[in-house]
Amino acid sequence: MSEIAEKVRAIIIDKLGVEESEVTPEASFTNDLGADSLDTVELIMEFEKEFNVSIPDDQAENIATVGQAISYLEEHAK
Amino acid sequence: MELKRVVVTGLGAITPLGITVSEYWDGLVNGVSGAAPITRFDASKFKTKFACEVKGYHPDQYFDRKEGRKMDLFSQFAVIVADQAVQDARLDDESLNKDRIGVIWGSGIGGLRTFQEECVAFANGDGTPRFNPFFIPKMIADISAGHISIKYGFRGPNFVTVSACASATNALIDSFNYIRLGMADVIMSGGSEAAVTEAGVGGFNALKALSERNDSPETASRPFDKDRDGFVLGEGAAAIVLEEYEHAKARGAKIYAEIIGGGMSADAYHITAPHPDGLGARNVMQNALKDAGIKPEEVDYINVHGTSTPLGDVGESKAIEHVFGEHAYNLNISSTKSMTGHLLGAAGAIEAVASILAIQNGIVPPTINHFTDDEEFNPKLNFTFNQAQKRDVNIALSNTFGFGGHNTSVIFRKFVD
Repeated sequence: MSEIAEKVRAIIIDKLGVEESEVTPEASFTNDLGADSLDTVELIMEFEKEFNVSIPDDQAENIATVGQAISYLEEHAK
Repeated sequence: MELKRVVVTGLGAITPLGITVSEYWDGLVNGVSGAAPITRFDASKFKTKFACEVKGYHPDQYFDRKEGRKMDLFSQFAVIVADQAVQDARLDDESLNKDRIGVIWGSGIGGLRTFQEECVAFANGDGTPRFNPFFIPKMIADISAGHISIKYGFRGPNFVTVSACASATNALIDSFNYIRLGMADVIMSGGSEAAVTEAGVGGFNALKALSERNDSPETASRPFDKDRDGFVLGEGAAAIVLEEYEHAKARGAKIYAEIIGGGMSADAYHITAPHPDGLGARNVMQNALKDAGIKPEEVDYINVHGTSTPLGDVGESKAIEHVFGEHAYNLNISSTKSMTGHLLGAAGAIEAVASILAIQNGIVPPTINHFTDDEEFNPKLNFTFNQAQKRDVNIALSNTFGFGGHNTSVIFRKFVD
């Protein structure tokens, strides 16, 4: 697993208070990991801070699963 | 229309004297001070380096991490004491109509630490706004009532009163009014505060409101003593379940006491200084007595606002003499802030609990830390100095006054069917 993927998973575990085993690539933040709309906003903000990127709102809407977050950040992280 | 009777059927408390109602009461009757050096932040550069913090508190003992993280400490305290009161009053009963159960809470300030941390983080950044989405819903004072309603499904009237240090008494009076008007069967009332932060201590220090007796924190809160030099900041919460009497009776609820009157008034004088002759304090006690339909002579105990500030204590004692006349000298008067410190918007809640338990137990908790008489106070007044006193308390009145000149009094009576 890439260093980015490790960090993304750690942020998700920390913010959503979920078990490591639940954070699979297909896991949806809202449907599987118990996030509400505010949790999702907070996650995106944490990704921005950790990876020093700015994620536009229209792209943030497409980040709904753990895998999507990892791919996006692997592509855009500086 | 005939007003309904309203009784107290549940209590909860987390205070500088302990994390349950019984620990709180034990501390009060034993004259324990909750003051100690500040642990919540480095106070070494502050004029006041001590406070009455809730000791040994770990949110993990009450909340899972995700839940706790979304609540400022003042909301955590609110949910904890509400939970104690729900258990005590047996409100976790599925047969109760939750549409008729409300939450009316008091907080003077709300999430001060959250506000401070988010603003500091922004100021330390490069100007890019990265405010946490939970910033506003953690900080706003009313969210405490929201959290309680969500946790227990209470769908009746729901809001928070804000009147500085009178907030929780306003919440109690509003709850009392809604129930006696028939607009709810049960209301979870009370208040919570958690302002022991850099901004809280620094702000009150700038007002010269806090004691600076850093060499002896436990004797710093000394209401009605000649050498009092300000209040001691406290934190915590208490919950009081108010319930319509017939509703309580029908379900066989335990009844602690009856709430029989509430009074409100304003000083209309100064933003922080009390009226020197206690005009607002005088009016508010008279309003409460009138609302309760009782004579001054029927009151046994007054849990005073008595914050240990040079001016406030004088105005309140003058007001008591004015309102109660000769009977003032038969009263037991005490300031439990001598032990708990001043919990600001939660003061009225923890002091209502003290008043209710004084009625129930026949014991008046003391005003501790009395060393030197002050000629400003009539020596015939019994401030219950230093030692709790046994007394059959039939009626207790609790005063709270807030910055802005808000005054509130509430009256409880021993319950008789």
